[in-house]
Amino acid sequence: MKYEKKLGKTLGMGQSMLDVRGLRKVYEGSGRRVEAVGNLTFTVDAGELVCLVGPSGCGKTTLLKCVAGLLTPTSGEVLLEGRPVSGPPPGMAVVFQEYGRSLFPWMRVGANVELPLRQKPLTKARRRALVADALASVGLADATGAYPWQLSGGMQQRVAIARALAYEPDVLLMDEPFAAVDAQTRADLEDLVRGLWRERGITILFVTHDIDEAVYLGERVLVLSASPTVVREQVKVDLPEARDQLRTRVAPRFAELRTRVYEQIQAAKRGTA
Amino acid sequence: MKRLALRLFFVVALPALLVAAWWLTSDDSTDVYWPPLRTILTTFPDVWTGERLRADVLPSVLRLLAGYAAAAVGGVALGTVIGSYRRVRAVCEPVLEFLRAVPPPVLVPVVMLFAGIGDSMKIAVIASGCVWPVLLNTVEGVRAVDPVMSQTARSYGITGMARLRDVVLRSASPQIFAGLRQALSIGIILMVISEMFAASNGIGFTIVQFQRGFAIPDMWTGILVLGLLGFLLSLVFHLVERRVLAWYHGLRAASRRSS
Repeated sequence: MKYEKKLGKTLGMGQSMLDVRGLRKVYEGSGRRVEAVGNLTFTVDAGELVCLVGPSGCGKTTLLKCVAGLLTPTSGEVLLEGRPVSGPPPGMAVVFQEYGRSLFPWMRVGANVELPLRQKPLTKARRRALVADALASVGLADATGAYPWQLSGGMQQRVAIARALAYEPDVLLMDEPFAAVDAQTRADLEDLVRGLWRERGITILFVTHDIDEAVYLGERVLVLSASPTVVREQVKVDLPEARDQLRTRVAPRFAELRTRVYEQIQAAKRGTA
Repeated sequence: MKRLALRLFFVVALPALLVAAWWLTSDDSTDVYWPPLRTILTTFPDVWTGERLRADVLPSVLRLLAGYAAAAVGGVALGTVIGSYRRVRAVCEPVLEFLRAVPPPVLVPVVMLFAGIGDSMKIAVIASGCVWPVLLNTVEGVRAVDPVMSQTARSYGITGMARLRDVVLRSASPQIFAGLRQALSIGIILMVISEMFAASNGIGFTIVQFQRGFAIPDMWTGILVLGLLGFLLSLVFHLVERRVLAWYHGLRAASRRSS
């Protein structure tokens, strides 16, 4: 099995893939000192899909960039499979919200997906196979020769997801990936991510400000406080593994979980405990 | 077919009108310095023979291409370094502003002192004039690389040469080409000027020779050759740019449609 390495089962459930300990990020500049992330501790198990949700402007993106090794935290540490992250680690892929600025417009779709793989010691045949496989699994097998800007927003984000999949990361980080697409496309993309997760057993950390999305997608939802960010609460999503837009969203349990997360977010906005 | 004919008409209309106006206004001219266009055109094939093209036009074009290529390579390389590092930029910027403000033709006498009056002097003059627009546009283009794109590149471990080649230079290419386009017209001007100072061949040299020998219609044909050369070079440049920046024009058209 090609993706066996990534399957939570083979690593042993419960072993944490991603370990964030006491993460704190303070921005300093022009006499202003902004504590974006307060003191953040959480873990993500191998093969788990965890959603981070918090009020707008709560430092979600800062947090994700620290996890991805794109920003250096002021204190605390991030461990990927037990190894501290000090720069972008090879086992991580990030899908950004701004697909239009994340894909390279001078490269065709196939080349965009292939570019990161060129940094890895892979044969050309293997690279081609990974690209074709990744594009096929997001339903864009026939878009290889197109330029990203010839595609719709939703399709561009699919390309970005395919690029991350082809990279075969241990952890896939997604930073509000569907915030800029329309509602119907968004539902499709949610199902796509959920499907890929189940199929391939990747570990996903999904940041969003959309409560419904967090509950629908996640196995666990971490509710963040307002800035300086800490984890307010962890909500285990005990919905069945097979979810669909029609039934899951009207299930009584979905409504309960949603309400619980929503209350926490509201309380976070007010700044009460 | 009809649309193509219409387009051709629009392309040709104004030049044809201007040539006609020149023809008519100069037709009965007896002024020695302002010969009839008819005279100029009949002189043309006698002056610009195959031998003259080889002996004068070719050396000019080769010097232009050598100087232009040197400026392009040097400007992009230096511009990439300056654009990539804030510290380097802070140190270089005042000097660049000063050097850019020096009109390139005044360099001719100076460069002559160092490089003599041979080809290397002319290539150096052309290069030293062409390098500025390329350099400054490259600096701006490299600085303006989208932060999301650089973060994407970083997170996928695309660093060093791969980052330079596949991300930074490609992203800056529209601005680099804007600089190259400006440099091309500066290059043609400097090609002529450098040949007017001290030369034994070249288009500029030939034009000055005709002027000094009072071969006025011949001088005018030289000016026509320069115009045609400039037109031809900008046509070639346009074709190359269309090809290299196809993605950029497509992207712009796409974002215009969606907004």
